[in-house]
Amino acid sequence: MFGAGGGTSSYEEIEQTDLVVLWGSNAREAHPIFFHHLIKGVRNGARMFAVDPRRTSSAKWADVWLGIEVGSDIALANAVAREIIHQGLHDLAFIERATIGFAEFAAQVEPYTLEYAESITGVPADAIASLAHAYAEAPTAQLLWTLGITEHHNASDNVFALCNLALLTGHVGRWGSGLVPLRGQNNVQGGGDMGALPNKLPGFADLTDTDARARYEAVWGVPVPPEPGLHLTLMFEAMERKELRALWVIGENPADSEANIAHARAALEGLDTLVVSDIVMTRTAEMADVVLPAAAGWAETDGTVTSSERRVQRVRAAVPPPGQARDDIEIIVAMARAMGHDWADASAEALWDELRTLSPLHTGMSYERLERENGLQWPCPDETHPGSPFLHARLWADPVEGPRAPFTPVEWVPAADALDDDFPLRLTTGRMLDSYNTGVQSSGYDSPIRSGDTLDLSAADASIHEVTDGQWVRVSSRRGAIDMPVRIVSGLPAGTAFATMHFPERIDVNQLTNDAWDPKSGTAEFKATAIRIERLGAGAETI
Amino acid sequence: MSMVEPGVAAVDLTVDGIAVQVNAGETILDACSRAGIDTPTLCYGETVTPVNACRVCVVEVEGSGPLVPSCSRGAEAGMVVSTRTGRVDRSRRMVLELLASSVDLEWADDALRGWIERYGADTRRFPHGETATVAQDPKIHDNLYVRDYSRCILCYKCVEACGEDAQNTFAIAVSGRGFAAQISTEFDTRLDESACVYCGNCIAVCPTGALTGLIEFDLRTAGDWRPEEQTSTQTVCSYCGVGCNLELHVQDQRIVKVTSPMDHDVTLGNLCVKGRFGWQYLGNEIGRKR
Repeated sequence: MFGAGGGTSSYEEIEQTDLVVLWGSNAREAHPIFFHHLIKGVRNGARMFAVDPRRTSSAKWADVWLGIEVGSDIALANAVAREIIHQGLHDLAFIERATIGFAEFAAQVEPYTLEYAESITGVPADAIASLAHAYAEAPTAQLLWTLGITEHHNASDNVFALCNLALLTGHVGRWGSGLVPLRGQNNVQGGGDMGALPNKLPGFADLTDTDARARYEAVWGVPVPPEPGLHLTLMFEAMERKELRALWVIGENPADSEANIAHARAALEGLDTLVVSDIVMTRTAEMADVVLPAAAGWAETDGTVTSSERRVQRVRAAVPPPGQARDDIEIIVAMARAMGHDWADASAEALWDELRTLSPLHTGMSYERLERENGLQWPCPDETHPGSPFLHARLWADPVEGPRAPFTPVEWVPAADALDDDFPLRLTTGRMLDSYNTGVQSSGYDSPIRSGDTLDLSAADASIHEVTDGQWVRVSSRRGAIDMPVRIVSGLPAGTAFATMHFPERIDVNQLTNDAWDPKSGTAEFKATAIRIERLGAGAETI
Repeated sequence: MSMVEPGVAAVDLTVDGIAVQVNAGETILDACSRAGIDTPTLCYGETVTPVNACRVCVVEVEGSGPLVPSCSRGAEAGMVVSTRTGRVDRSRRMVLELLASSVDLEWADDALRGWIERYGADTRRFPHGETATVAQDPKIHDNLYVRDYSRCILCYKCVEACGEDAQNTFAIAVSGRGFAAQISTEFDTRLDESACVYCGNCIAVCPTGALTGLIEFDLRTAGDWRPEEQTSTQTVCSYCGVGCNLELHVQDQRIVKVTSPMDHDVTLGNLCVKGRFGWQYLGNEIGRKR
């Protein structure tokens, strides 16, 4: 954000901050050890607000839980901003020195009165005001989010709405104040950092930047095409149009994980060639023409991964890979050779050292230092640089160093999948503590606390639909229907249902979810599906 | 011997005749560590609050009648501490002998067994069995955990790790008083029916092997647990993006246990159920189905 693709803060900061705002994140279950740091902050006296449609195990730690309607985050954020401005609680000195676009932003949020926001979000006006005052008045504040913000058709706008709040109050660029998207996978941060994005080179250099391309071309010895590639969602559209005919999937299970999965599976089946590298036989691998068995990166190979606090850390081989499984690097080099390119064998460290010559963020991070210093946080531009616990201190320099940070006014729009008489319930999705994504890894150990293969409903909705705990129902959306048992839970408001995507073999929730996607990030709206439920008669399927 | 932090008041004292400087707020145990003196501890851990339960870390402090627990007593200016007197040795030996009389220390960690040797503790001095108070069959309710309270010395570390010191789940506490005291879930329910979230952070701090993963328990029971042949490799968990460091303990090219370094600032030795047990999908696990 503000020109750098990573969270701004270190975990340690949340132990020392004055205010925690956890927005669309169930970190107690999805990022459990981060939550240990958060609890320390609460015990050290931080106030905590949780914004979530569900009163999750995370929200139970909050002083105030704002039980927001699914997909109404921008209305809430804009109302918080308007209240801060109207009460004169914004940091004018910071805004004038470090930001641009405040006047337009203030005008744009003006219609978002507390009452208007209450009508959209379902959050009482005084609770919205309470969040606004707490955030603006706290000496330091951490604003954190995860997929509750980003798995929407307007994901990027949701993120902008939160960033605007930090700019309004100066809660970024200082120790204890920051904007923290908790990353869902152990190297999703590192993947982006390494250029696994359609429009970026390793280290976030822009692909369209001729000078940047020239630096990479000089090291790689080949021309780099300036045209951006496709992100996953655009790839699926290209597959449908039969423009994309061959796909190599490395360590991903899109045949289970995509929204509107029937549609995604049809696209994969229509390919001329599907190659899958993975550590186990996923559903995607089962569909493949060729499967390349891969070593498990974290236990069977050497390399690095990058965490949510931008910390690059070493992974190391502890056990040999089974059978014919090979390191991803070996597979990629062998594939290049099979295509007629004379690629040399390379160790993970040699590739890393090459990256260090190209990405100034990583130049100072030798393997020797990563080992000795328990990892390093980027940017780390030279061997004597200690790494960067937090970003954007430049915004507090006077005058500001580099470009000023822009406000990005955004309007609330409803979820793409509208509720109506046919589909009156809002289904949202999430994770459970002991499971993970489509279960590729987590289904392979025997957890005594496993749950999440149910449709969770409030007691009120169960009563309306005349279903009981454990009863099987047919759940239908505009894209598909599946059968699953009901579980009646507390912490869910009437009108909202919840399910996980952990058990696609049995409970194929992505048959239901909406593939409407965010044009800026390519993320689909997993979090907001319109559904209806129908009771299944006696003798219905049971597990 | 000065390693104090700038900006923090320093406290000068002597330990076994060695002049030591510590930060204000540090303990006698910290002073001993700075003086290079290895002090036995059981209920103390770097990441958990000491509860003064075991008394094995006692030292003599000039001017103090009773021996004092070094893990909890703050260092004070001018203190004269002795750790190698006959009285200290006798007390530490007696504590170890009494613990060995009530529980099975066969699976205790290397440090504890080393102290038994150093202090010449006769683990059979008090007839084992006749005075045992917590002997019972191992509790095995699932494929991850074993709680064998015949090995439990009631050091409370597991309670602290499950509670405010780390996990904040509060699934276990001490129930009963005196000889009936033991670690228990609420209403002594099965673990999988309790509030437990199977993070294993209690296992990580247990010094006696009362709490183990099932794989380790089975190997130990079969006499096939060979720590001297095991390697430990530090890596990063494969699940969420927090970046928890794991130590993979490998025997015969199979992972047999996963821990996290106690001194790593992301985890402080703590993990969640996925980090501590979720690796078993690799296919090299040797757990059995029950």
